[in-house]
Amino acid sequence: MKRLINLTPSKPARLVLGILPFALIILVYIFASDARLAENASDKLLPSFGQMGEAINSYALEASKRTGEYLFWGDTYSSLKRLLLGMGIAAFFGFSFGLLTGAIPGFYAPVAPLLTVISLVPPMALLPILFIVFGLDELSKVALIVIGVAPCIARDIQRCTLEIPQEQIIKAQTLGASSLQVLLRVYIPQLLPRLISSVRLTLGSGWLFLIAAEAIASTDGLGYRIFLVRRYLSMDVILPYVAWITLLAFIIDWLLLKTSQKCFSWHHQGVKK
Amino acid sequence: MNATLSTTPLIAAKNLWKKYGNNIVLERMNITVNAGEFITMVGTSGCGKSTFLKMLLGMEEPTSGELLLDGKPIPNEPDQSRGIVFQQYSVFPHLTVLENVIIAREFEHAPLFGKLFGSKKQKVTEEAKALLDSVGLAPAINRYPHELSGGMKQRLAIAQALIRQPRILLLDEPFGALDPGIRADMHQLILKLWREHDLTVFMVTHDLSEGFYLGTRLWVFDKLRRDPHSPEAYGANITYDLPVTRKTSEIPEAIKTAEIAL
Repeated sequence: MKRLINLTPSKPARLVLGILPFALIILVYIFASDARLAENASDKLLPSFGQMGEAINSYALEASKRTGEYLFWGDTYSSLKRLLLGMGIAAFFGFSFGLLTGAIPGFYAPVAPLLTVISLVPPMALLPILFIVFGLDELSKVALIVIGVAPCIARDIQRCTLEIPQEQIIKAQTLGASSLQVLLRVYIPQLLPRLISSVRLTLGSGWLFLIAAEAIASTDGLGYRIFLVRRYLSMDVILPYVAWITLLAFIIDWLLLKTSQKCFSWHHQGVKK
Repeated sequence: MNATLSTTPLIAAKNLWKKYGNNIVLERMNITVNAGEFITMVGTSGCGKSTFLKMLLGMEEPTSGELLLDGKPIPNEPDQSRGIVFQQYSVFPHLTVLENVIIAREFEHAPLFGKLFGSKKQKVTEEAKALLDSVGLAPAINRYPHELSGGMKQRLAIAQALIRQPRILLLDEPFGALDPGIRADMHQLILKLWREHDLTVFMVTHDLSEGFYLGTRLWVFDKLRRDPHSPEAYGANITYDLPVTRKTSEIPEAIKTAEIAL
């Protein structure tokens, strides 16, 4: 018998083992839901998949009687717009500050300590300030995402910039490169795949800030909806919405990974098994 | 090897000192080097040979004394007059072999963004291909560095260092991580390029026989004075400055004992 650390499951076994926990969770849920609904047909806590389907059907495929909008898609659109805008701006500022502090010592000296302190401020504690300053509309929600995510990206990119071997920077100078040329041809191309992984890692916080901001002050959005229907214990809406948010997060993550693999093959070939 | 003698030597050090705080690395160095020499530098670790190479490169400045290039103080940051090959990390991992060489010409001809297109790019591509061919990388021009062996990476680093036609080539233990067979190939390559490109080479090595084989002049860095209670009190200097002729392969007795210490 081999040691446990040397036992590697075969490929089909890995697939089965990977699916197993999902199947178990769904199975347990179905049994629990059936048991509760058998006891009390109007139980709201564990709705059946049929009930969830009906609820989502009415949200996604039927126009709202009050406004004529498709709530599900409207919520998705508003939330994605805020998230992508926030993450985009955060990535831009995070990348710029991370790159400049990492690559230019004269920029590091005044900015890096400030960056460290800013990244330690809990962004949620700033939310009231944002609401006061920017009002309750879109801007404050996007600003929360930016403030929460940009410092993390900046620090991550700064670290990656400092990790680029000094030999390469010296080599570029012996090839006659100016400061701008070193930034454009040596630092930035090597840091872009790092930015993508940084965005992938901070996307979770991005969603957190988005849903928190929507829960507190909003009139639409995925986060707004689940906190709204919570008042009626509408688990049949909340659960599919949570699953949908998870799916969206998964798709965005997957798209970022594929983009990175396609555009920066040299970055991934080294780590490929 | 006959060095072309001119009135001002290519490199001259005059009473050169290098200190880091109280730690004296180099002291009282006085040397002159003429164009065309191939200088190999050996010595124990921490004896200042890498520091001296860094000063030639412009990464470090002398604490006192002068280091002159063509009679003028050597530029205090790296530039295209001095090419460098490090032991590792000296090629750009995000560029293919060809792009790694072209980039030097792009820095030159596209001063703002360092990127060429169209016919201008075509022209430098031809030049780069010829250079890559001369270092034996012609079949690999579209590969990325991580797909190359250690020897091929160093060939690329050398090609890259030569495209801007530097007068001085600095080699910091370039073959230290290579297998002996590959190292022998690299020795032939570097000697060929040294002759073809009229280079003056400074090479740091740990391998004394490599130093004797490649160089026209071998420097041994060591401390002349030692204080056992404070080893940092005195700096190193060049204790042996040996002209090497290609025919003699015998190693002087004093150096043999030094080799044991290395």
